[in-house]
Amino acid sequence: MVSIDDFGKFETAWCPGCGNHSILKSVKKALVEMELSPHECIFVSGIGQAAKAPHYLKTNVFNGLHGRALPAATGIKLGNPGATVIVQSGDGCNYGEGGNHFLAAIRRNINLTLLVHDNQIYGLTKGQASPTTFMGHKTKAQPRGNPSGPFNPVAVAVAMQANFVARGFAGMMDHLSDLIVQAVRHPGFSLVDILQPCVTFNKVNTFTWYKERCYELKDHDPGNWSQAMELSREWGEKIPLGVMFRGNRPVFEEKLPHPTGEPLYYNIPSKEKIKKVVQSYA
Amino acid sequence: MRKELNILIGGEAGQGLVTVGELLTKALIRSGYNVHVTQSYMSRIRGGHNTYSVRVGVNKVASPVSAIDILVALNKETVELHQHNVTSNGLILKDQNIGLKKEGLVNIPFKDLAPSSLFENVVGLGFLSALIGLDKSMPEGCIKSVFGQKKPDVVQKNIEVLNSAYTFAQGQKIDGFRLDKSREEPGLMLTGNDGVVLGAMAAGVGFCAYYPMTPSTGIPMSLNARGDELGIVVEQAEDEIAAINMAIGASYAGARSMVATSGGGFALMCEGISLAGMTETPVVVVVGQRPGPATGLPTRTEQGDLNLVLYAGHGEFPRAIFGPGNPEQCFDLTIKAFDLAERSQGPVFILTDQYLADSYRNIVPFDLSEIKEVARPHDQCSDPEKYERYALTDSGVSPRLVPTLGPYLVVLDSDEHYPDGHITEDLEIRTKMVDKRLKKQAVLDADIVPPEYFGPDKPEKLLVCWGSTLGPAMEAIQNADQQNVGLLHFSQVWPLNKEHFKDYFSSPEKVVFVESNAWGQFRTLIEREVRVENAFSILRYDGLPMDAGYILDRLDMLLQGRK
Repeated sequence: MVSIDDFGKFETAWCPGCGNHSILKSVKKALVEMELSPHECIFVSGIGQAAKAPHYLKTNVFNGLHGRALPAATGIKLGNPGATVIVQSGDGCNYGEGGNHFLAAIRRNINLTLLVHDNQIYGLTKGQASPTTFMGHKTKAQPRGNPSGPFNPVAVAVAMQANFVARGFAGMMDHLSDLIVQAVRHPGFSLVDILQPCVTFNKVNTFTWYKERCYELKDHDPGNWSQAMELSREWGEKIPLGVMFRGNRPVFEEKLPHPTGEPLYYNIPSKEKIKKVVQSYA
Repeated sequence: MRKELNILIGGEAGQGLVTVGELLTKALIRSGYNVHVTQSYMSRIRGGHNTYSVRVGVNKVASPVSAIDILVALNKETVELHQHNVTSNGLILKDQNIGLKKEGLVNIPFKDLAPSSLFENVVGLGFLSALIGLDKSMPEGCIKSVFGQKKPDVVQKNIEVLNSAYTFAQGQKIDGFRLDKSREEPGLMLTGNDGVVLGAMAAGVGFCAYYPMTPSTGIPMSLNARGDELGIVVEQAEDEIAAINMAIGASYAGARSMVATSGGGFALMCEGISLAGMTETPVVVVVGQRPGPATGLPTRTEQGDLNLVLYAGHGEFPRAIFGPGNPEQCFDLTIKAFDLAERSQGPVFILTDQYLADSYRNIVPFDLSEIKEVARPHDQCSDPEKYERYALTDSGVSPRLVPTLGPYLVVLDSDEHYPDGHITEDLEIRTKMVDKRLKKQAVLDADIVPPEYFGPDKPEKLLVCWGSTLGPAMEAIQNADQQNVGLLHFSQVWPLNKEHFKDYFSSPEKVVFVESNAWGQFRTLIEREVRVENAFSILRYDGLPMDAGYILDRLDMLLQGRK
């Protein structure tokens, strides 16, 4: 039996009241529910406050470069298709620096889960606008208000028919933990965009701001793409939470030369096989 | 009977000249000749002017030459551009449809001999085979092996076209181009890229990520073609940044990993190289150089990215850089690169260039039984609870385990980290970790490939080169036989051990560095290690490969004291 304690207790670098704390708790709860042992998972992150999350979890960790968590996770999953690979990083890391990789990961549809801590601001670099910051939001870096429009990750993922698209909220831990379980279990690429307050640098999108707007989806059929598209654009007075879209595009790994799910580590072609290839150059 | 011929096939992109060239090269190698191919092409799919030069010899041929014995012109421009290089007893063959009236041109009725334009390249093959006296079974066999996968009637049609072109050529009664018999054991037909590919396979490569870029694209393409057979995963990434990060991820997951790119793509990979250094993750990086800066001359050759690769990636970490001189060295050093990357737990580089990447040679088949076991990570440890990915050891090398294959945890971080891999800003640990990473330099230093010396015992003049310049420089010293010239070739350009070479520099009157770049980047590197009296440079940076003639002309000028 796997328990919460198996994933350890660590001192964090986060502010008291930061949404990251409850996201971390939800992640642990989800892992326990799936009965995944620490050594069976690989958590991959980039750089940012959210990207530190895997360090506060007793598991395998690849904490790579800013924006590059998804490519690293892609290589890891292709190298070891049997591992449970979960990417955890922020809105700046995944949608800004790593935007191209986000699109490519949806297209590839590798069986991995992306958890984006989306606080609509850059925390680690102290409060600049992120790709999801509202237009007009004043920050020290955008003193005349953010001149650029926000990126809607959920709408983009639904439009591209990512296999699993959901939105959660750090203030609803049980709901979030359930979304993470569904995301990991669904084959192919899964996105859970997680709304979270930044208590220090985002004075607009506060805990109360989210609390007042977020509502749980009822009677939505995630198989209905048009309806999911419609929902994904709902943002403002009301913000829907839950599974927006479930697709069934074939999973990338099915087309690999090693479809058995064996790690490449175990694949050592014989000298005879290599010899045959060499001879074909004669 | 000729001992040697230089055949240049020229035409527009899309006319199939590479197909004729490759078939002819294969037929020559199977007939026991030595070959050296130089491919020159423009960055376009149709039109322009491309050439495929096959230099064939009874004896070794290792360098391009400019004098042409047989010019095969598939368009008018080829005649105009190259006729002045055709030797006085040479021959110009042209497509009969090219409207060019000139004496001494031999027309080939490509259209009459081929049922459709698809077969025109086989007409060229048949004509040339007859002209130089190859047994007809040789090109026939090549057609069967190259087109064998296609429908049998396609193969049959090609052979019929070959026969009629062969017979037509015999009927032309053109003498003086038959090659003397050769006793060379037919070997493999390999480019530098092929050498890298086979070396990677022999080393057990499991993963290669890439973004297409000339001249390295052929490497992942060839690996992918054998993916099902050998279980190699090749992924075309969204960009080079993704490619290097994927390769590092796959290496962490236990696969022997590589990327292949050129200068511009490699520039995008630099942060990833630093990640490999920090996380101590093995990765083999092939950089096929072409002229920069920026997009430069995308399909030509240069050795201009030595400095880039030497210093790529922020921060301080050890690395090794190989500069193979021919396809054999590409094979050997790629295997070595995988082994060294694992043993030093970091990035190892292979620097080739367009000339070498695309240049076919006849190669004695590799003895695979001679290959030593390549180092691997592990999946077991005695005390999984206590396992630390970056445990401090005397050598600086920590045991590398593959995650998820055992009850241990493998934690890797691009931030400075504790021995257990978790993030830290403890500055004492920082110092220890820097020391640990840099200690691994000893692993690289203990295994440096020394430069190879060719020539007389006490040369008056010494040529010094690295990478693909080996063949041209070798021919230069052979052709300069009265002048007492030696050659020192470096197939590993970093790290260097001056004990391996300092004595070579002490006695010659002149030391001449031969490099395909404008700065003499390797000379600067050597002069940082040892003092070289009377140093000179022969440099080339017009995008064409070095050749023996180019080197000797400039050597003469140097000797006469002219600039």
